Amino acid sequence: MLDWLGRPKRPASERRDIPAGLWAKCPHCANLVYRKELERNLRVCPRCGFHHRLSAMDRLALVLDLASFVETDAALLPEDPLGFVDEKPYPERIEESRRKTGRTEAIVTGTGTIEGAHAVVGAMEFGFMGGSLGSVVGEKIARSAERARDRRWPLVLFVASGGARMQEGVLSLLQLARTSVALARLADAGVALITVLCDPTTGGVAASFAFQGDIIVAEPGALIGFAGPRVIEQTIRQKLPEGFQTSEFLLEHGFLDAIVPRAELRGAVARLLRLTNAPLDPAMVGAPAQGWVDRSDTR
Amino acid sequence: MSHHPPEPLRPPDASPAASSASLEENLAEVEREIGDLRRITTAQQMDLGEQIAALEARAESLHEEIARNPTPWQRVQLARHPERPRVGDYIDGLTSEFVELHGDRSFGDDRAIIAGLGIVGGRPAAIIGHAKGHDTRENISRRFGMPNPEGYRKAVRVMRLAEKLRAPVVTLVDTAGAFPGKDAEERGQAEAIARSLFEMARLRTPIVTVITGEGGSGGALAIGICDVLLMFEHAIYSVISPEGCAAILWRDGSRARDAAEALRLTAGDLAALEIVDEIIPEPPGGAHRHREDAVAAVVQAVLRHLALLEGRSEESLVAARYEKYRRIGRVRDASMQDAAATHDAGGQTE
Repeated sequence: MLDWLGRPKRPASERRDIPAGLWAKCPHCANLVYRKELERNLRVCPRCGFHHRLSAMDRLALVLDLASFVETDAALLPEDPLGFVDEKPYPERIEESRRKTGRTEAIVTGTGTIEGAHAVVGAMEFGFMGGSLGSVVGEKIARSAERARDRRWPLVLFVASGGARMQEGVLSLLQLARTSVALARLADAGVALITVLCDPTTGGVAASFAFQGDIIVAEPGALIGFAGPRVIEQTIRQKLPEGFQTSEFLLEHGFLDAIVPRAELRGAVARLLRLTNAPLDPAMVGAPAQGWVDRSDTR
Repeated sequence: MSHHPPEPLRPPDASPAASSASLEENLAEVEREIGDLRRITTAQQMDLGEQIAALEARAESLHEEIARNPTPWQRVQLARHPERPRVGDYIDGLTSEFVELHGDRSFGDDRAIIAGLGIVGGRPAAIIGHAKGHDTRENISRRFGMPNPEGYRKAVRVMRLAEKLRAPVVTLVDTAGAFPGKDAEERGQAEAIARSLFEMARLRTPIVTVITGEGGSGGALAIGICDVLLMFEHAIYSVISPEGCAAILWRDGSRARDAAEALRLTAGDLAALEIVDEIIPEPPGGAHRHREDAVAAVVQAVLRHLALLEGRSEESLVAARYEKYRRIGRVRDASMQDAAATHDAGGQTE
């Protein structure tokens, strides 16, 4: 079990439903859960098993070997190519997300080892504008694919996204194509792509790299699909059945290789890396997980 | 709107929305009058043909005036016009012989996509396009050109066939988007689109894509990764429909007009963003006013680009396609000396 204590305080925005900060209400079973117990349980509800969302850094800390993570391309920042203004200007939305998550964009990419196996990794930050795919996310995934190809290390993407980012218009849509050409080239070089679909994986992200994985696994209970449930309900004019577009539904319909509970995720990804030709770093085999030191804070 | 950069992201001839709005009002008024006169003609058996003809001429010139200088929202209406040429019209114009191929070999045949082999400029080519209907009955049978997963899987099958035959692929994009239905989700809409994008990225044969009407999001792009992207003058291409965008960002679907402006979805915008390689001019008044001329313009442009792509090696095609898409997007690299420098992020790292 990982040590989830002594971690930096979560931003206030994630704590809004918590009376006195000690208790969290599970959005799934509505039970009050002692916050420390939830944290110790990898933010999986001890009552109902609901997998609460993880930030990108928590996700990487969960799966990577101690101190193995080296972040890449952290200096790539979004532009406002369309001068997009809805209820507020796009740069303001970016700034809000930055404050809320402490991240500069909706994905964190880098390299690391998992049980000693080398991988290029990317973890999406749902808290940053809904994990939306814009130019920076597209660029970081494309660079990660190129890095994986150069080193011949498998690429592991932890996906959590509502889809393409509207504020970059058609440039966002074209990031589906941009990541596709990079991942196709990776595939043609004989290097594996493993995607781990977390809650939620929808829209243009589901319709591109999420489902371009050679091996596709998901966390339990994640919402996964192309169209949003409300849009579908409007189209068919009826309520969708319970469990529609969940991980379990997709596994049953043949679109996932496995559902992996969070406590087993590190071991499962490590096994997949060993089976897809990831080179081993002997010094890191047997290393504990949870080694993240947030380098961005010392920059 | 102070955040809008002054660069020519918008077509230089764009006119203020106010005058276009009044043109639209005039047109609506004239069309109302025509309707009234027709009703009178029928009901009272009066011959008002002359008056109707005069008003129709007036309506025609208003149509042309609007299409000379449409606002983004007017272009959305033009792109969706029910009388624009359909994929079958383009196929008739492009091919001297055409065999439609049906089915995804797995579940069914999706009539929202037409795919097949045809003789184009004297040689075999695959043609794949979204199929909106000419009328309500056809639209219903073709799901208004909004594909299910089987449509994309059929498209991929025919693309692979073209690759095998060393024949080029022409795709014609005109859809509001992939169909957001229960069955579509059960059968893997996301996977089907993802697979099509992936296969087009690595297809070892030339691909020319024309956005002829509505380029609606992932469901459009799914058959739109290409070596040359052509776009009809009044076509649109967008990450989301203006209505959908307005409903989400403004929480008010009636702000679609504003969303259409903000999204930069016109052919001129896309050329300025260097996404579209060539804009095909439409006949006066728009493609729906002169369909044969419109089809001829598309055919002529496609043939020209197919000829230019002929003889290219498979390797150079795939490499050039990689470069074309790899550089799309705008990011700022804060690690560079000049932190304010914007560049088109592209090329290799390390």
